[in-house]
Amino acid sequence: MATNGSNRAVAAPQNDPNSFAASVKDAATAGFLVAVLGFFFIGIRTDIAPGGLDLKMRWGAWIVSILVVFVGRLLLNLFVLKTDSPITRKIAGAMPSGSRFAGTGKWLMRALFAFALVLPFFFTTFFPGKDRQFIDLAILIMTYIMLGWGLNIVVGLAGLLDLGYVAFYAVGAYSFALLAQYLDMGFWFALPLAGILAACWGIVLGFPVLRLRGDYLAIVTLAFGEIIRVVLLNWYEFTNGPDGISGIPKPTFFGLELKRGEGGFADFFGIAYDPIQRFIFLYYIIFILALITNFVTMRLRRLPIGRAWEALREDEIACRSLGINTRNTKLTAFSIGAMFGGFAGSFFATRQGFISPESFTFLESAIILAIVVLGGLGSQVGVVIASIVMIGGIEMLRNLGFLQQVFGSGFDPVQYRMLIFGLAMVLIMVWKPRGLISTREPSVVLKEKKRIGADMVAQGEGH
Amino acid sequence: MEYFVQQLINGLTLGSIYGLIAIGYTMVYGIIGMINFAHGDVFMIGAFIALAMFLILTTVLGFAFLPVVLLIVLIVAMIFTSAWGWTVERLAYRPLRGSFRLAPLITAIGMSIVLQNFVQITQGARVKPLPPQIQGGITLMEGSATGISVQLSYMQIIIILTTIALMAGFTLLITRTPLGRAQRACEQDRKMAALLGINVDRTISLTFVMGAALAAVAGLMFVLLYGVIDFYIGFLAGVKAFTAAVLGGIGSLPGAMLGGLLIGLIEVFWSGYFSVEYKDVAAFSILAIVLIFLPSGLLGQPEVEKV
Amino acid sequence: MDAATTMKNSDQSTPGWDRDPVLSVEHLTMRFGGLVAVGDLSFNVGRGDITALIGPNGAGKTTVFNCVTGFYKPTEGRIVMRHGPGRQQDDVETLTDSGQRWKTTGNGAVYLLERMPDHEISHKAKVARTFQNIRLFGGMTVLENLLVAQHNPLMVASGFSIGGILGLPSYKKAQKEAVDRAVYWLERTHLIDRADDPAADLPYGAQRRLEIARAMCTKPQLLCLDEPAAGLNPRESAELNELLKYIRDEHDVSVLLIEHDMGVVMEISDHVIVLDYGVKISDGPADFVKNDPKVIAAYLGVDDEAEIDMPEVREDIEKVAGDGPAKKKPTARSKAAPAAKKTAAKAKPSSKASTAKTSTARSTATKASSAKASSAASTAAKPKTAARTAAKPKPAPAASEVKIANAGDYPGSQPHGTKKPRAGGANNLTRVKGIGPASEKKLNALGVWHFDQIAAWKKAEVQWVGSYLAFPGRIEREEWVKQARVLAKGGETEFSKRVDKGEVASSVPGKRGAQPKKKTTGKGGKA
Repeated sequence: MATNGSNRAVAAPQNDPNSFAASVKDAATAGFLVAVLGFFFIGIRTDIAPGGLDLKMRWGAWIVSILVVFVGRLLLNLFVLKTDSPITRKIAGAMPSGSRFAGTGKWLMRALFAFALVLPFFFTTFFPGKDRQFIDLAILIMTYIMLGWGLNIVVGLAGLLDLGYVAFYAVGAYSFALLAQYLDMGFWFALPLAGILAACWGIVLGFPVLRLRGDYLAIVTLAFGEIIRVVLLNWYEFTNGPDGISGIPKPTFFGLELKRGEGGFADFFGIAYDPIQRFIFLYYIIFILALITNFVTMRLRRLPIGRAWEALREDEIACRSLGINTRNTKLTAFSIGAMFGGFAGSFFATRQGFISPESFTFLESAIILAIVVLGGLGSQVGVVIASIVMIGGIEMLRNLGFLQQVFGSGFDPVQYRMLIFGLAMVLIMVWKPRGLISTREPSVVLKEKKRIGADMVAQGEGH
Repeated sequence: MEYFVQQLINGLTLGSIYGLIAIGYTMVYGIIGMINFAHGDVFMIGAFIALAMFLILTTVLGFAFLPVVLLIVLIVAMIFTSAWGWTVERLAYRPLRGSFRLAPLITAIGMSIVLQNFVQITQGARVKPLPPQIQGGITLMEGSATGISVQLSYMQIIIILTTIALMAGFTLLITRTPLGRAQRACEQDRKMAALLGINVDRTISLTFVMGAALAAVAGLMFVLLYGVIDFYIGFLAGVKAFTAAVLGGIGSLPGAMLGGLLIGLIEVFWSGYFSVEYKDVAAFSILAIVLIFLPSGLLGQPEVEKV
Repeated sequence: MDAATTMKNSDQSTPGWDRDPVLSVEHLTMRFGGLVAVGDLSFNVGRGDITALIGPNGAGKTTVFNCVTGFYKPTEGRIVMRHGPGRQQDDVETLTDSGQRWKTTGNGAVYLLERMPDHEISHKAKVARTFQNIRLFGGMTVLENLLVAQHNPLMVASGFSIGGILGLPSYKKAQKEAVDRAVYWLERTHLIDRADDPAADLPYGAQRRLEIARAMCTKPQLLCLDEPAAGLNPRESAELNELLKYIRDEHDVSVLLIEHDMGVVMEISDHVIVLDYGVKISDGPADFVKNDPKVIAAYLGVDDEAEIDMPEVREDIEKVAGDGPAKKKPTARSKAAPAAKKTAAKAKPSSKASTAKTSTARSTATKASSAKASSAASTAAKPKTAARTAAKPKPAPAASEVKIANAGDYPGSQPHGTKKPRAGGANNLTRVKGIGPASEKKLNALGVWHFDQIAAWKKAEVQWVGSYLAFPGRIEREEWVKQARVLAKGGETEFSKRVDKGEVASSVPGKRGAQPKKKTTGKGGKA
């Protein structure tokens, strides 16, 4: 309900003498709304019972939810929305503002980079008991960072709204899995091939649709993503359908497998074998892949093609008047983005050792897009921060086992993961519609570098 | 032949449901130019409300006269789902009005995730089966040669008639009432409409409410027709309904209905004659093909590029 | 019209733009559904000239631009761009027949723009353009804007990005050259201090200049500017003139511009083409065009409301049109600029009705055509006018009873006319949409009194009358003949109903009051 306030607070006079009464009334409205909305969902639960469906009444939960919202809204009204000195103002003052944040962005990026470089050893040293879990989470976050950077080329730079990015992730993963299965190919050989295949798919899918605008492009890319998933699901002979492909080989370190015993990595270097080595190795693979993605993206931004992408986002018609072949330019953005998605996909396949179409649903596309948009379109640091906050934060819910002691053993915080994820998406967007880092850095400078405010930067396809 | 007619009837029934959802998409797109991604999930919410209300009336209160029960369920589902539609707009879209274009799309996706997971948590992830309530029908063609007879079930008759009645009422609402006029004015030029004294926020809210109400009707029909719902039905139905809206020409109400019917027919015929597994591929391919070759849809206004 | 008249009206010799055109637009037609935005338009843009395309709002100027720069595919017609001197007519014909898009020739190259996609027109044919509503890359810096304009050479230099990613030195050199060129144009346009600012931050006038600089960075041979002076103050406008002349003289770039600001047009243009309703109504040097009665009629909208052949009005209009700075010495430019503004303001009004009001207010004679007086003019005054004009022509044996002195000047053939309306009186011709009281009077003067007369017009007559009334093409567009056929049979059109009800304030201002009562008395009759 928090978002309710932003408008209402403006509408209500700040020094309303009936401020308290108004607050209570407003909170009561919110409570009533929850009563209505929750009646059929919180108050009643349909359950399968022998001989059909059964209704279970949960009036307690219903009333509690109403009260929670009423009290929460009231407190919000009294201390934030309808007061002369909202608490948030103090908090906002303490938070770095957008422009200052951008200035520190460089240092932040360096600090993050340094930390990422030593991350596995940091965890093995300081959290020896939980190192495996943390490194695994770091790998997951890093995968999303890479995907976010790949999609950032398409959405952030070229301004093409792609809701089917997961299709290329799937193409990459399945390319590697199938190459390994049918041709017995190793990870390092398959990786570039997977990227190229994904890029080709990017061109094949992009060619017919890239002249569409904005939301239409979004919905067609979504459709393509779903088509690829449905085909993977139903082409049983080739892809093994819903059962997926298992036994995908692990990457080797210059031919050395990370396994116990003779001829393994540990054996070759004469160190003791530890399963954590495999995680550390995987972490560094995705770290390097992500770095390559970032490096190429940053380079491309300073090249004519990158500037053409951004120009395309700003004004496509002007681009055409300047002799830029917009179709080809869009296609390069689409296929380069797809290529990085393909790389990330084959990494995903080798990391999991098992893939099935279940991993490539629309939700995955939505998460990646959310990371890009929440981070701030076109901002590389933004993607990193958004990935850490959204993926890391959500995964942290798995560690909230103590809540079970509070709410009883039936309570499973993991269940609320996606609910909270969705709410966070809405709240962050309402709070910062342009994303966390929204300024743009010019790609070429004559005298003095000035960052460009978000209000000037177009978001593409919306003319 | 009998098989064909049977598929035709099934397709029209399914198409009616898609059409009703598609209207919600098309109206919202028309008025604020965004894809209300959460609309499919509002439909899902409507289906759950209808199911729960139906159970309350039949098992708890012991009503037995089906027509009255269905009427009450319909009205209650429409009212409660409208409240959901209103809330979604109020929370996720209104604060972002006039903001940049991607923001409401992201909140819409966020809302879609929220609704799905909310229902999953509160109602459980397992499917909810409801035994068929309206049985029987009319046998139209007795296929002696093929052994297949064409059945037009009462359920299908109810669905098609309700859809026609709602469409008629709705067309009247949009073309003849001040509300419809305000809505069309907002579609044309929101700023100007506001200057002329139209409460734009209220009009947009009402658009969401109307879309949600129609989605609730579709939800009830879905429950009765298929007898199985879960928290995930909204996504696929939503994408297909949006396809229908685009196919018919987004922004056009008759277009949405026509598109819905076409998508329903395509899906049913594809399943009937080719393969059930790839029916979604057929629907999505149609979407892609229509957008590429006929971006303004069947009944939409072609857009001239302004230079 | 076009070529023939142009030549007759201008100097005896062929004008430069016909001898050495950089761009030839030939029989260009652009239809949007049923609407003909540009109809059979032909003109040449001379190499090294500044050519202005002018005309009232909605005349189709921007449509012509969009056709030339490839944003619209013309319905019909050929658009030839020539690199290298001369018409290269043989090469153009071979190219047209070959189905290719361009052809290198002995002199350079020729391009058929209507066959080329928009980006190739800029890249290959070297036609650059700006936009009426400025289209900059607002979120990119000024410098970046100019580098985007050099996309194609830089792409090649960067080895299509591959060399660029690897950081090859050849790209760095190319980028430096590109920045140098950008800096050159930034200095030319006084934007060098804002090079690192986002384009959206610039004030309006600077944005206009930046758009020109950006277009110049594509190294064009023809620069198309869509209302470059719109919204500029007089000083900026004068600077713009200097810039355009500099571009023409120092860079050998031909300029085609759409402009409403007559100060700019008259001062810098070597060649002016006037469009109205998608048809060329005048073509020639600035001095010729500004004295062309058709131009005056089109701009000041006298065709419908006021009588163009009243000497006082005419003088007055000429004074308005000629009062631009072109008559003054170029050195007095800065002083002349405000005057130019004034002229433009007068010439600019968007609707013909309002223009007509401007002119009526300035003329005692035309006051008669405003308000009630106008109704009087078209009813009571009718016989008098008719008598006067009927007396004017000399009798000669021909199809029409009414003779017009210079009938041969107009293309097509004069329609049949009778000296007097038939028994029962003349029809109210204003019931035809498009015929105002003034046109009605002129038609009466031609001996055209009845709907059936108009209904009988063939193409030749339509063309002649169109030309005679100084709005070629309009009769076809407004379908007078078709309307007249209906009305002649006693039928009604949407418009005639509105005339009968007295609702036609939009087309015939000031008539709302007295007129309709008389008109509704008889079906089309005037008794």
